[in-house]
Amino acid sequence: MSLLQVQEISKAFGGIRALDACSISIEQGSITGLIGPNGSGKTTLFNVITGYERADTGQIRFGDHIITNASPDKVFRLGIGRTFQLTRIFPRLTVLENMHVAVQRHDLKGLLSRWNATHEQQRALELLAFVNLTALKNMPAGNLSYGQRKLLEFALILIAEPRVILLDEPAGGVNPAMISYLTDRIRILNERGVTFLVVEHNMEFVMELCDRVIVMHRGTKIAEGSPAEVSANPTVLEAYLGD
Amino acid sequence: MSNSKLFQGTGLLLLLAIAVVFPLLFPNPAVTTIAVFTILFAAAATGWNIFSGYTGYIALGHAAYFGIGAYALAIMCQDWHIPGGYLPFLLVPIAGLIAAVVAIPLGGIALRVRRHTFVVITIAIFFILQLLAYNLRDLTNGSTGMGLPIPTDWSGDFFNTPFYYVALIVLLLAIAISWWVRNSKYGLGLLAIRDDEDRALGLGVHVEVSKLTAFVISAFIVGMVGAIWAYFVESIYPPVAFDALFDVAVTLMAFLGGVGTIAGPILGALLLEPTQQYFTLQFGENYYLVIYGAMFLIVILLLPRGIIPTLTERWTRLQAIRSQRQEAALSLSASEQVHIGKRLIAPEAEQASPEEEQAREEGINL
Repeated sequence: MSLLQVQEISKAFGGIRALDACSISIEQGSITGLIGPNGSGKTTLFNVITGYERADTGQIRFGDHIITNASPDKVFRLGIGRTFQLTRIFPRLTVLENMHVAVQRHDLKGLLSRWNATHEQQRALELLAFVNLTALKNMPAGNLSYGQRKLLEFALILIAEPRVILLDEPAGGVNPAMISYLTDRIRILNERGVTFLVVEHNMEFVMELCDRVIVMHRGTKIAEGSPAEVSANPTVLEAYLGD
Repeated sequence: MSNSKLFQGTGLLLLLAIAVVFPLLFPNPAVTTIAVFTILFAAAATGWNIFSGYTGYIALGHAAYFGIGAYALAIMCQDWHIPGGYLPFLLVPIAGLIAAVVAIPLGGIALRVRRHTFVVITIAIFFILQLLAYNLRDLTNGSTGMGLPIPTDWSGDFFNTPFYYVALIVLLLAIAISWWVRNSKYGLGLLAIRDDEDRALGLGVHVEVSKLTAFVISAFIVGMVGAIWAYFVESIYPPVAFDALFDVAVTLMAFLGGVGTIAGPILGALLLEPTQQYFTLQFGENYYLVIYGAMFLIVILLLPRGIIPTLTERWTRLQAIRSQRQEAALSLSASEQVHIGKRLIAPEAEQASPEEEQAREEGINL
């Protein structure tokens, strides 16, 4: 059964149709790649799913919930975490403080308690170790390098234990050693049951990591299949090379 | 670590002790008058900082809540025939609450927008309230102003002492709230809003409620300060209770000491308010404004992030380097990890974009 289902979503910015009756379906436990030429609507689709943009028409279903046009905080609390193409962390908070922002606040008492209450602190430190940032935990996050910021953004959404993680160009501008490190992390989490949807231009990364690939062009899905199927598909080649 | 905590704790206790015995050491009324104003401004700056410092939304209309607190106390004392003495002090928290209640809809309106627009709207709301103070004559007596009860039993030497201690209690309350907010999960949400509000929203932070709550808390503290101030100066008029220079002073204090820190606004008030009072005595009412303006420029140009953050950053950098070295020395595997981490990451080290660098240096998101 599909965990995340996007049905006939359209979104226009002025005269430009960024998404045109786009439908995709993400299986529970999969690592799905989302590829397509620049401007094909991948990031807009992410923004609509996570509540940062409103869809004009269509429906998004996540498990039993309909999350079309829900606010970003609600989407996140339901279990969809995301990263941004241009990494967004909190530059003036320390690395460790960044980790605590996303901790769920269930009640007033939790809200009024110290942010580094022990069990959460332990979890935050585990996750920092998971992405190898422990040594930098007291550093302002703004001092991190580009690659380290990507890892921190990845780790800080993990603390809320999302069921689905949307990654927007996780490998963009990151050196090869870091990419293979990130691939490992994604695999480990996937084995623990986290579903991934990954936008990426680095084809090597997509082909190696993803078990399914969706191709978008002009705001809608034009192909879907295993990495091998998609890379042999003439429509896909045409979309990339045609215009 | 525990050593530095002990050092901090002792330091704070020492400061508190000095604050408590200050009127006994310097009983001269000229000195204690300056001390009362200083403590009041320290409390107001701390209150302002709980909203503006932590969320990054620079409010320039908090004089509105100062004025509401002042008028609330004056009107309560007048209508309920409260005599001068200790009784009006008991009404100070109520005056603060009235300011806080008014802040709920006004904050709600202002917080619909961000950045520069927010600043402009807070100023506009302030001027509307100042106009109301002139024009709601039945309530405020208009430009004739209002008198507050005068504690006739208090001798000249003693007069300032009760005001000093009540102001100190309000300051301590403000510091306690500021400290709690800074260390709570709620406060971490506010700081996240300051750095990237939309990102915070996308991580489940209740941004709207958080911002408004902080706004109302700060209006409560500033309202109490306004009430004590009104009682202290004995009579109030619209342009002095709703004084645009109040926000200039409070903002300058917070910026000088360090916006968004607990100690910064207090340090700023301790440095600026006595200086201002001294200049007023030396050069007269009008010239101190020139000096104020000059100081504002100096602070923005030379210390854009304030005294406390500049010092803290140097300290944490030192600590980070030290702890990295310690960890590397302690265990071989840990040192390997750090090493690997560095090797993976080194090529792009320290590549913050110029805009981000600048934003960090400015220390605010206007």
